[in-house]
Amino acid sequence: MRKLLLGDEAIAQAAIDSGLSGVYAYPGTPSTEITEFIQLREEKRGEGQAPIFCRWATNEKTAMEGALGMSYMGKRALVCMKHVGMNVAADPFVNSAMTGVNGGLVVVAADDPSMHSSQNEQDSRFYGKFALLPIFEPSSQQEAYEMTRAAFELSEAVKLPVLMRVTTRMAHSRAVVEITEQPRKQNEVCRPEDVRRWILLPAFAKKRYVELLAQQDDLMKAAVESKFNWYRKGDNPERGVITTGIAYNYFMENCANCNERSVLKVSQYPLPTALIEKMVEDGTKEILVMEEGQPVVEEMVRAIVPSTVVVKGRLTGDLPRVGELTPDSVRASLGMEALERLDADELVVPRPPALCQGCGHRDMYKALNEVAAEYENPRIFGDIGCYTLGALPPFQALHACVEMGASITMAKGASDAGQFPAFAVIGDSTFTHSGMTGLLDCVNSNANVVVVISDNLTTGMTGGQDSAGTGKIEDICRGLGVHPDHVRVVVPLPKNMEEIKQILREEIEYKGVSVVIPRRECIQTAKRHAKARAAAAKK
Amino acid sequence: MKKDIILAGVGGQGILSIATVIGEAALTEGWNIKQAEVHGMSQRGGDVQSNLRLSTEPIASDLIAKGGADIIISLEPMEALRYLPYLKKDGWVVTSNVPFINIPTYPAQEELDAHLAALPHCVSLNVEQLAKDAGAPLQAANMVLLGAAIPMLDIELEKIEAGIRRIFARKGEEVIEKNLAAVHAGYNNSIKK
Repeated sequence: MRKLLLGDEAIAQAAIDSGLSGVYAYPGTPSTEITEFIQLREEKRGEGQAPIFCRWATNEKTAMEGALGMSYMGKRALVCMKHVGMNVAADPFVNSAMTGVNGGLVVVAADDPSMHSSQNEQDSRFYGKFALLPIFEPSSQQEAYEMTRAAFELSEAVKLPVLMRVTTRMAHSRAVVEITEQPRKQNEVCRPEDVRRWILLPAFAKKRYVELLAQQDDLMKAAVESKFNWYRKGDNPERGVITTGIAYNYFMENCANCNERSVLKVSQYPLPTALIEKMVEDGTKEILVMEEGQPVVEEMVRAIVPSTVVVKGRLTGDLPRVGELTPDSVRASLGMEALERLDADELVVPRPPALCQGCGHRDMYKALNEVAAEYENPRIFGDIGCYTLGALPPFQALHACVEMGASITMAKGASDAGQFPAFAVIGDSTFTHSGMTGLLDCVNSNANVVVVISDNLTTGMTGGQDSAGTGKIEDICRGLGVHPDHVRVVVPLPKNMEEIKQILREEIEYKGVSVVIPRRECIQTAKRHAKARAAAAKK
Repeated sequence: MKKDIILAGVGGQGILSIATVIGEAALTEGWNIKQAEVHGMSQRGGDVQSNLRLSTEPIASDLIAKGGADIIISLEPMEALRYLPYLKKDGWVVTSNVPFINIPTYPAQEELDAHLAALPHCVSLNVEQLAKDAGAPLQAANMVLLGAAIPMLDIELEKIEAGIRRIFARKGEEVIEKNLAAVHAGYNNSIKK
């Protein structure tokens, strides 16, 4: 059967066809569509089909742990996140290599080189290497489908999680994918025989680590023999190219019919050293490494080849050190002339993204800016979500924005250092993702901070997924110990401006932890809900 | 057959619906397709684009090289100009001439029109007015633009019509007819010229 699928959807379809029992994820561009595809299948599930657990997790760490628990029971599980989510999930991810798995466990990390929708360009392959786990990196949507299926098989064969690394242009690009007509059945429950490998006490963990290291030879053998990795000697083998993941496509775009260079296509790790050694044996004197993200392979190749072999890539400036690869940058690295083209038009000006007209975050920022301006040196610590756009004109409200949850703890640290007033601005979903623990820190030291939880009842930036804290935010704050009198809810609308400003002023003057919750539904999800209600009413 | 298409616009304008219809037609032809989209932060009123590649041969890259696009289809005039470095020297620009002004630095419309008119191969049309004249709702303006681009795409009108019928099948006959009327309005506008 042929289907037009995003790379993300190909991974989801493959997981379903591989007998998946649960997907665990927190939304994050460019990974969100994997889980959404499975949720849609779950909504339309037929009678004979086994259910797949697919509810959004509170963050990437809880997602990874949930998946590990499902794997413990012998079932197949999938974890999906954007690259920075790997930082949040790092503890269970790295330790899942120590426990190993029971049912197949595949972890998808979607990297975002060029930072289309992210704050850094970190390369998730480092995590795979660090944790000593096998990594897959597909070069096409078809490969993404086949590799996900292969990853579940490999995971159960070697009893380890497998990391699947994709990048934006793989995740968010569509192509026709040939999918199976015979999906695999889900695994039956089968608890692990040896529970000691699941208990990482030092005495047991020491033994497990030796086993994990001993497995590396098998993983290397699997990579060398993998059908996803291949080497082809060129007509002029002095020059060679190593491509990883979708870099192969950019190479082929420019060199589809030239057999001059030797080519090593890498899509499964550990890096197949034997194939690189073969390339050198065949006479390659210069290797150009093309990889999306950071120069992970380039650095490794330098350590493998003799010093007489020249290694080129992002570190040498033959390819740009920052940003995603393009057919153009790869073309230039091959010494080919650029295509003839028109000049850029000087009339064109940037059109940055902005908060939607009518968005509640706008009213929140208007009030906050006006009240903050009444103080000599206010500081507003921002967080990750649509409301990060409050850093741009017209509001320019933020003085910092680092990572999920940092608004609250940074405001606290700044307050500890003498900042007054110290504000945190965080969304509802980001608050439950990583803000709650920081709020407890604030309570425990009675920090003089005003935490604004701008609650739009959804995870907005990624397209309106369910938010873990909806309907529970005040209870969570009070439960963590914020005094009930200082948990204040307002409705961010222009008509309430004076009331919101007054409440903010009162809470600034309160010497302790205040939480102000401007709450109004995201206008994008509100529109969608209104449409659905109208459609339901028609029926 | 090989066509490299850049679809452009502002987040929320509906460029992906154009891609969906072309993709549907290409899929039934058995052609290869690659379509790179933009999701996430930039969808919030920022500039958005999609690279749509169709070919009877295998397609390697998801992205179109600079100087490689056969056509730019844009729902906004300044956004059409943004991607000129991606266009082949003899490539086409098919664009709506209705500006979407959500930034203070937006250029003067006369200048935009003049720059578009100076391009060697450009169709610039008021897709909103044409949709209205055809009795179609404003949301179908993107289908007017698609219709205007059909002569440059080497896809027969009938195949696009069939694609629309399949994609909008669930929404009923009235929606299908309105979208077809919009496509025809754009198509006739291009044929006339």
